[in-house]
Amino acid sequence: MSLDFLLEIGTEEIPHWMIPGALAQLAKLDLLGSVPQVDATPRRLVVCAQGLPKGTPDREEIVKGPPLSAGEKAAAGFAKKQGVNPSEVKPSGSYYELRKRVPGRSAADILAESLPPAILAIQWPKTMYWTGGKPGPRFIRPIRWIVALLGDEVIPFEIAGVKSGNITRGHRILGSASVPVTVASYETELRKNFVILSSHERRHKIETESAQLGAKVDPDLLETLTFITEYPTAIRGDFDRPYLELPAEVLTTVMRHHQKYFSVEAVHSVLSPHFVAVMNTNGDPEGLVKKGNERVLRARFNDARFFWNVDQQKKLADRVEDLAHVTFQAKLGSYKEKTERVVALVKELGGNERAQRAALLCKCDLTTEMVKEFTDLQGVVGGLYAKAQGEPEPVWRAIYEHYQPLSMEDSIPSTAEGQIVALADKLDTLRGCFEVGLVPTGSKDPFALRRAAQGVVKIIAEARLPYSLDRLAANELRAFFVERIQYYFREVRGFKYDEVNAVLAAGIGTLADVDDRLAALAAIRPTENFEPLAASCKRIRNILKQAEFQVNGSAVAAELLEAGPERELADRLAGFVRAGEKDYSKRLVAIASFRPQVDLFFDKVLVNAQDPKVRTNRLTLLSNLLTEFSTIADFSEIVTGGETK
Amino acid sequence: MDSFQDTVFKLKRYWADRGAIIQEPYDVEVGAGTMCSETFLRVLGPKPYRVAYVQPSRRPADGRYGENPNRLYKHQQLQVILKPSPDDVLDQYLGSLEAIGIDLSKHDIKFEEDNWEAPTLGAWGIGWQVMLDGMEISQFTYFQQCGGLDLDLVPAEITYGLERISAFLQGVESVYDIEWAPCFKYSDVRLADELQFSVYNFEMANVDRLWRLLSEYEAECKELMAAYQKYPDKHRFPVLPTYDQVLKCSHIFNLLDARGAISVTERVGVIKRVRDLAVGTARLWMDQQQQEQGAAA
Repeated sequence: MSLDFLLEIGTEEIPHWMIPGALAQLAKLDLLGSVPQVDATPRRLVVCAQGLPKGTPDREEIVKGPPLSAGEKAAAGFAKKQGVNPSEVKPSGSYYELRKRVPGRSAADILAESLPPAILAIQWPKTMYWTGGKPGPRFIRPIRWIVALLGDEVIPFEIAGVKSGNITRGHRILGSASVPVTVASYETELRKNFVILSSHERRHKIETESAQLGAKVDPDLLETLTFITEYPTAIRGDFDRPYLELPAEVLTTVMRHHQKYFSVEAVHSVLSPHFVAVMNTNGDPEGLVKKGNERVLRARFNDARFFWNVDQQKKLADRVEDLAHVTFQAKLGSYKEKTERVVALVKELGGNERAQRAALLCKCDLTTEMVKEFTDLQGVVGGLYAKAQGEPEPVWRAIYEHYQPLSMEDSIPSTAEGQIVALADKLDTLRGCFEVGLVPTGSKDPFALRRAAQGVVKIIAEARLPYSLDRLAANELRAFFVERIQYYFREVRGFKYDEVNAVLAAGIGTLADVDDRLAALAAIRPTENFEPLAASCKRIRNILKQAEFQVNGSAVAAELLEAGPERELADRLAGFVRAGEKDYSKRLVAIASFRPQVDLFFDKVLVNAQDPKVRTNRLTLLSNLLTEFSTIADFSEIVTGGETK
Repeated sequence: MDSFQDTVFKLKRYWADRGAIIQEPYDVEVGAGTMCSETFLRVLGPKPYRVAYVQPSRRPADGRYGENPNRLYKHQQLQVILKPSPDDVLDQYLGSLEAIGIDLSKHDIKFEEDNWEAPTLGAWGIGWQVMLDGMEISQFTYFQQCGGLDLDLVPAEITYGLERISAFLQGVESVYDIEWAPCFKYSDVRLADELQFSVYNFEMANVDRLWRLLSEYEAECKELMAAYQKYPDKHRFPVLPTYDQVLKCSHIFNLLDARGAISVTERVGVIKRVRDLAVGTARLWMDQQQQEQGAAA
């Protein structure tokens, strides 16, 4: 017979963004071999499982005693020490031994012991203590009740003074504060008490209801709301049409980030004067919640309108001096100094006058009331203000987009001016931080330098900008960029990791060139000759390494070549060099077609010839071959069949 | 409809019924109810405490000359400290909302993560902002550290934004339209205050003198702190007046900030000066408490 299991950790409201991470950990809970199923609301983390064994069976343990030669007295001593009757100690081979029966344990016992430490071992981004001061237990929020059932029985344990039981709690307002449950009735009882346990169902409910009310799809917000509610219900509210005169970016930021509302769009992505809010309750029959939310939104929009009007009293161009009062970073001075550096960098990178103008103005919105209130809108607000103040489109658009890309999924700025300003801004931050030693370590990256470097890589690669890596960075920063370049081509562009390593090992010029070489390599990779040739390249490299051969670029001495495979290979190589194919794909095809000659060479020719001159000549041939082959990619980095990563 | 003061009375009554001392506001300028010694010092150490008080909180930089319907230089907080925090503290809090006439079954209540940190006090805690129909009406915090010291009994701090709650209950758009008492609006009581202090804080406060005052109060505070070690009769030592000097410094810092007189480079330094005073005073207070306990034992 097997038993079903239920664990509910009842807490005060857990921050929504931490819940999925905690569930992933609970899904690994050790439940005597049964597979945990997990789910959660903000107030409860739940683990269920079916078919747990009732316990572990009795087993026999053999304890080795003294040798027979030690005599019966020693055996009796052994028995005493083990706490058994001497008659239970029996000879076995040349020793005494005790066959001890170890009784099995009930599953409830095992779990009662294992669950408390497992629960407290959940890793959270930030924990608190709430009882017993600092030595007390730590968790994300106070644990207030625990349901722990195995079959019909409570698994008895205690955490932070809370005893496990069979009583759950319903929705804070709509449900009962004391609901007895069984494993079978648990989810139904919760539902009767206005808690939808299934996050999938809550998500679906929000999605369906908000869609019916015209909400614009917003997956991140949907996820947030799923884990901020136990019984979500969507309602639609309205705001006065004149607020639509404010920029849509400002309106949606207020709605989405500050109020967690979905925005509502009419045709052609034009905002409508409505919003969809998701309540943590079952309805709003008197319209009080709608009215309350509308009131809050109105106040927020009024603020935004006020900021907009105040900010227009001083043009962006007149705010450059004010940036002297805004710190960029303590060791790197003010944003005014940063601005001067970025303008110079834009010039150095060949940016036109509009790009330089955008660079000059791009940080000025940091002094505006709007950005002080809605920091997420930095850049966007600057762009909107520049537009309102008559700056030409390439200038305002470059300002608007200069924080892009904000993530690997985000697009790069759409104009050449925007690309160069965004690039210069990020590069300046990186160079500055590396110069004063603010280098990211492990998971610590307070200045988001990885994101900045990733942005630089994405812009250069996707806009195919003509800057070589060496022109942009040196030393430690260069190495940092190489990591980001690997990451970009691997994770974003989907090239295989060994292809990326191979191409980068052959040198990094511009990223457009890296891109082209990678594309050519990935295309030739599946062809039949390629991987065997790559394996040969690795062999050549090892041979050269073992021979401690110094690459000197000297020519092969034709007179020392042996007729047959060696001479054929040398001739082939000479022809290849003469042809000097520049097109990466064609060149790779040509290289791959060397396979028969290379195979034959290794088959028939002994590199380690007796005559040192012949030997050196052969090594030279292989070295030259490798050099010629390695202009696009270092094939010895390619992982070939039989190797493991 | 309850007036502003009715709501205050009801909240005080509610917490008094739950064993809290009802204190009057502290009489030195503070930026938040947390800074009063009734919170800042009382949360330290092993003695249980329960207190509630309204604290007018001054934030010079938030002044808007009485022109913004929701932003105030000085707003009224109702501050509740429950040390240690009872297990049903959130239910008690929700009960207080019912007590002031909010029928929770008709509204939407959410607890959204919002951890609190006060760098000038060396204090931080874990908690939520409480959202009622999309409006933040309270801040709820489990203190973890104060004056750089770990807390023995974790207190719950509940801070009600009284103007917001009243405006909500009375259904008015501007705080100035709140009925404070029958026949008196919030504007009758406080508008001149907002206007005149905005003028002073932003335009007329003498920056040089403020810097001197900051140094003077800081010097007084440090002198007192230095005297503690050798002071024979510890329980007589004026730790509480020492803490008043910290509050003075903190308020002057806020004034200088509103005047735009603190450059970014200076800012970090000044915050540290104030924090050092706060942390130092917290230690004195703890030491004094321990000495007293030792004497009593």
